Amino acid sequence: MSRRKEDPHAEFIKGLWRDNPVFVQVLGMCPMLAVTNSAINALAMGGATFFVLVASSFLVSSLRQWIPRQVRISTYIIIIATFVTVTDFTLEALAPVVHKELGAFIPLIVANCMILGRQEAFASRNSVRLAVVDALGMASGFLFALFTLGAVREILGEGALFGVSLFGPDFEPWVIMILPPGGFLTLGLLLLFFSWLRERKQRLAIRLEELEAEPK
Amino acid sequence: MNRGEPKLRLQASPLLRQQLTTRQAMLDVLLALMPATLAGIWFFGISALLVLSASILGAVVTEWLFSPAGYRGSRLNDYSALLTGLLLGLTLPPALPMWMAFLGGAVSIGLGKLIWGGLGQNLFNPALVGRAFLLATFPIAMTTWSAQSAPGEFFRIGSSTLAMPFMQPGYDGVTAATPLGLMKFERVSTDLWLLASGNSTGCIGETSGLLLILGAVYLLIRRDLDWRIPTGILVSVALFSALLLLSDPERYPGPLFSIFSGGLLLGALYMATDPVTSPLTPTGTWIFAVGIGLLIVLIRVFGGFPEGVMYAILLMNSATPLIDRYTQPRVFGKGGSSR
Repeated sequence: MSRRKEDPHAEFIKGLWRDNPVFVQVLGMCPMLAVTNSAINALAMGGATFFVLVASSFLVSSLRQWIPRQVRISTYIIIIATFVTVTDFTLEALAPVVHKELGAFIPLIVANCMILGRQEAFASRNSVRLAVVDALGMASGFLFALFTLGAVREILGEGALFGVSLFGPDFEPWVIMILPPGGFLTLGLLLLFFSWLRERKQRLAIRLEELEAEPK
Repeated sequence: MNRGEPKLRLQASPLLRQQLTTRQAMLDVLLALMPATLAGIWFFGISALLVLSASILGAVVTEWLFSPAGYRGSRLNDYSALLTGLLLGLTLPPALPMWMAFLGGAVSIGLGKLIWGGLGQNLFNPALVGRAFLLATFPIAMTTWSAQSAPGEFFRIGSSTLAMPFMQPGYDGVTAATPLGLMKFERVSTDLWLLASGNSTGCIGETSGLLLILGAVYLLIRRDLDWRIPTGILVSVALFSALLLLSDPERYPGPLFSIFSGGLLLGALYMATDPVTSPLTPTGTWIFAVGIGLLIVLIRVFGGFPEGVMYAILLMNSATPLIDRYTQPRVFGKGGSSR
């Protein structure tokens, strides 16, 4: 295997935008839809996932020489579960209200396919430095997506952001937005928007190529 | 050089063309809906007209906005967005804020039609998608029914109609329960003639049963309507209601009340018959219609909502591809006794 040139900047941007785990790869849908009915819940969930992903990527990458191939998945799961337990107890101690809101979804981070996917696809075959940068990018991308969804749903569903009323007491709440269908609708519309952006960029690139290929 | 008219004219097939175009079919339905629409405006005053205009505007603007730039004119010219907007408006409460009606029209076309690929591609009836969205989003505004406008108050516009976008409506008119709500929650029946003539509470276009039937007769004569669907729905609703009435005359409404109350006629005649979202085969059409009829009575009598026409039609819409698949006739000369 030829050594790739390490480009931490590109690895970070990849997770945040081009390969965004939610809007492009459509991974981790379960927490995405379940806990994004308010911006604060979305941020807490994103923060918890952020910590677990970065810490597990770091550990998996450091231990990658010693993890036997045959049992690698279960090893990743044990590492991830350790950090999830740490997050679970920390959150319960620091913010019991948010912890109660999120309920079973914090322990369920163990089963978040985005985290396991990064270990298998990236951390286990790259240097610690790159693995951490990749995890930072992916986790920021996930946090960004969760926050966007949570903010849209809270603004429309309750007329507020982080519990602060935006439009005054006369706002008519869109009840559907804080219910599960609202999660699906908002996510679908956001996916639509990001696909449209991507397609538009590709179209522009093709146009540009054609223009450059034309004889002067 | 002048050789006159050619004696032999060569032309590629098809040689016989039908006059019916999408545009003509939509125009027919619009025309058929006019009596009921005008009656709705007459009964509920100028507010109803504003609600109808807002939902039509929402539908048409969305169609224009999300159509490819070169096709905008032709997309709007087939009048399908106009019809969807009107059908949605007819299923809205007359005192609904205009901004909600506009949003409903936009959702009907955007999420009900365009996102599936445009005209002819959608799985669900677009107008009902808009209405289901509005009912789930604004449950209170969608179930606040204003009473019919009193004599001399035709031009009075309720303050709820003009509520600012995104703001709560304030109701200043008289509100009343619908005949179905009265039946379900208070066990009070409404006089049949009031229901049939449209002199009752409800959505803008659903109250005048006789005028809806009049429009449908015109569509039947023009052969724009598949007679099997309304027949199947009405007969199954009537039979099911009659059975319930026999089992306990105290608790259940009779067949005629079931048919003339709520949105049943509007739904059965104009929404379930949407050629895009109903099955193509005759057998399938019967299954579809009877399914809708049974679901309507089930939801009305045993469900939490007083009205079930919208959910019944949407549920059977989702079964349409399956019904079509299982009721395909055998192609002549192909296949044996079984596939």
